[in-house]
Amino acid sequence: MNNPQLDKHGELQHLLTTEGLPAKILLNILDRASAFMGSADGGEIKKIPLLHGKSIFNIFFENSTRTRTTFEIAAKRLSADVVNLNVSSSSASKGETLLDTVDNLCAMHADMFVVRHSSSGAAHFIAKHVAPEVHVINAGDGRHAHPTQALLDMFTIRHYKKEFHNLRVAIIGDILHSRVARSQIHALTTLGVPEVRVIAPKTLLPTMVEHLGVQVHHNMEQGLKEVDVILMLRLQNERMQGAALPSAQEYFKYYGLTKEKLALAKADAIVMHPGPMNRGVEIDSAVADGAQSVILPQVTFGIAVRMAVMSILAGK
Amino acid sequence: MMNIHIKNGRLIDPKNKIDALQDVFIVARKIAAIGIAPSSFMADKIIDASGLIVMPGLIDLAARLREPGYEYMATLESEMQAVVAGGVTSLACPPDTDPPLDEPGLVEMLKHRARSLNQCRVFPIGALTYGLKGAELTEMVELTDAGCKAFSQADAPLIDTRVLMRAMQYAATFGYSVWLRPQDSFLAKNGVAHDGEVATRLGLPAIPVVAETTALATILQLARATGVTLHICRLSSAVGVEMLRAAKREGLPVTCDVDINHLHLTEMDIGYFDANCHLVPPLRSLRDKDGLRAGLLDGTIDAVCSNHSPVDDDAKQLPFAEAEAGATGIELLLPLVLKWAEQAKIPLLDVLSRVTINPAKILGQKMGHLTVGAHADLCVFDPKASWKVAPGALKSQGKNTPFNGYEMQGRVRYTLLDGQVVFQY
Repeated sequence: MNNPQLDKHGELQHLLTTEGLPAKILLNILDRASAFMGSADGGEIKKIPLLHGKSIFNIFFENSTRTRTTFEIAAKRLSADVVNLNVSSSSASKGETLLDTVDNLCAMHADMFVVRHSSSGAAHFIAKHVAPEVHVINAGDGRHAHPTQALLDMFTIRHYKKEFHNLRVAIIGDILHSRVARSQIHALTTLGVPEVRVIAPKTLLPTMVEHLGVQVHHNMEQGLKEVDVILMLRLQNERMQGAALPSAQEYFKYYGLTKEKLALAKADAIVMHPGPMNRGVEIDSAVADGAQSVILPQVTFGIAVRMAVMSILAGK
Repeated sequence: MMNIHIKNGRLIDPKNKIDALQDVFIVARKIAAIGIAPSSFMADKIIDASGLIVMPGLIDLAARLREPGYEYMATLESEMQAVVAGGVTSLACPPDTDPPLDEPGLVEMLKHRARSLNQCRVFPIGALTYGLKGAELTEMVELTDAGCKAFSQADAPLIDTRVLMRAMQYAATFGYSVWLRPQDSFLAKNGVAHDGEVATRLGLPAIPVVAETTALATILQLARATGVTLHICRLSSAVGVEMLRAAKREGLPVTCDVDINHLHLTEMDIGYFDANCHLVPPLRSLRDKDGLRAGLLDGTIDAVCSNHSPVDDDAKQLPFAEAEAGATGIELLLPLVLKWAEQAKIPLLDVLSRVTINPAKILGQKMGHLTVGAHADLCVFDPKASWKVAPGALKSQGKNTPFNGYEMQGRVRYTLLDGQVVFQY
C-alpha cells in the first residue's frame, strides 16, 4: 500500500499523520520551523511572501479556537489568503455531504485545506478525493492523529533538550481518546527517542498500546522516575460520565501533575501540555505556571511549525 | 418442462459423497438419473459441462435483498441477477428490512415477489421481537405459516435476557430455531473495528472480542436451559469458535456460520481507513481468522454465507466510522469458498458441503444435494476461469466490497432452478 501522504518522489503531499513518515521529513519540518523562528531565541516571526497568492481554507467540522487561530496566523505570516469555514454551523447542518463540501471548496480554487473533523480517518478521506494539486493538512481527526501538534511538541523538545536519542519521555493521561498522544508516540519513536512511556489507568489506555513502541505504566511515581520530558494530555469532562473514571478529584489525586510528583522526574525535566488545560484535574497550577513549564513557548513554536508545514507542502 | 442432459461434467455432490465424471439427467424439474440416462430419455437441451464442475445450487444463509424499505440500496430485481450469477439457488434473508419482517403480511409479500421473479428460493427469517426492538415476541406461529424458516434479531441488540429466554422457550415450544449473532451491545457501543492493534493505531472506536464471547456464553446457557434449536450467525473470534466447539462436544443442538469476509480478511485489511472493510461483525485479528478457518474445517462451523449486504455508494463515501457497514458478496461466495479450499488444501467434496447440504440442514430443508428425485437446483461452474472483482463485473446494485481488485478463480456458467436455466454465462 502506498503511503497516501507522500507523492511518487517520496515528498510530502499531505500531512495526515506522523505515522509512517521518515525521520528525514520530520526533521526537515523542524529545521524549516527553526529558520522561521529567526536567530533570536523566541524572537518575532516576520511576515514573508512565500505563499503569496495561495488560498488556504481552514475547514473545521469540529470546534477549535487555538489550533484554528495558529493555523490562520501561520498562513497570514506566509502571505497566503486565508478562508475560515466553520462547517459544523453551515453546510453539514443543511444536509450537504462531506464530499460535496470538499468538491465545492475545490471549485473555489483552494490550494490547501486545513481540516479538523470528529471522525478518525476524515483527513485521509478528504485527501483521497481532492485534486492532485491540492494539499491537505490534518488539524485533528477523531482519536486518530494531530500531526502538527506532535511536530510542535517535537520542536519544543528539541529546542530545550537538543537531541532525541538520549531522552526518556512520559505521556500522561487519556491516551485512549487522544489523537495528540498517538501522533506524539509515532513522532518520538521515529525520531529515535529510546524510551517512551505512557502513564494512565487501564480505562484510558487503548488495547495493545505497547505495540506502538511504548512502555506502559499505571503508577505515576514509577512512570515519572528519571524522565526528561513530561507530555500532559487534556482530560475531557465527558470521561467522567462513561464509567472511565470515578471523579476528577480522584483522577487528580493519582494522575494529576503536582510539584511533588514532578520532583520524581529529572531536575531539568520540562512539562508540556497541548492545551486547553484543566487546572486542578490533570495539572496543578503551580506546575503549569512553574519554572519547568514550557507550555506557552509551545504555542509560539506552533506557529513556526505550521508555517514550515505549509511552505513545504506548497513546495516553497 | 424440459428434459435436460448435463454431460461430461465433474459431478460433486457432498451429501452423496460423489466426486466423479458423471452425467446428470433432469426430467420434470427433478433429478431423474445420475450417470446413466433413464430409459426413453430424450433431451430437449444438452449442456456440455466438459471441464466444468456440476454441483447442487449454493445455499446462502444470509443475503440481504433490501426489500422492503431500502430499495435505494438494492431491489429484488437487481439482487436476483447477482444471486443467479453467484450460482445460489436458495437463500435466507435476515429480518432487518424496513419495516422488519415481523408481520405475516410482509413475509407473504416478500415470498410472493420472490416467487414471481422465479430466480431463487427465498427463505425469510422472521423477526424474533416486534420491530427487532427486543421487547415483545412476534407471532412466530403466524410468521411460520407465512413462510418464515427461523427467527432472528439480525444485528439488532436484544439487551433484556429475560425476553431472550422467553423467546427461546416460545420458539422451542413449536420446534422453531432461533438464529442469533452474539454481541453484547454495551461492550460494542459505538464500535466500528476490532479492539486490537489496528483500531488502536487508527484511533477507531473498538469492539472487543469479549463483546462476542460474553453474549455467546449467555446465549449458550439460555439454549441449554430452554432446549431451543440454536444457530449462531457470523462468528468472528477464535475464542468464540472454541466455545462453540465445547458446546457441540457436549451435545447442544447448535449450528454456526461464518461469512466470506471473515474467512479471508483481518483488521489489517482496513489499511488507511478503507470503508469497504467497515463490516458487521468487525474484521478481527489474524489469530481469529485462523481460528475461524480451523473451526470451519473441523465442523465446529457448519456453513459459509455471503452476508450479502449491498450498500449504496453515498453511504460508503464517508470517513470510516460514519460509512454504512456492509459489503456486497453473493457473487463472491463460490470463488471465495474455492479460494479457501485451495489455500487450505481441502478437497472440493469436503469444502462444498459448507455451501450446500450443511446450510440446507440448518434451514431444515431437504435440498442441497443431487439425489434422484430431488429438485433440480444446480450450479455448473468453470473452476479454471479467473476474473477480477470490479464494480463493472458485479451484477448486484451494491458495488462495495473489500475484495475489490482481487483475482477470483471459478466462474458460474449455468445456474438451474427447479430444472430451468436461470443463468448462463
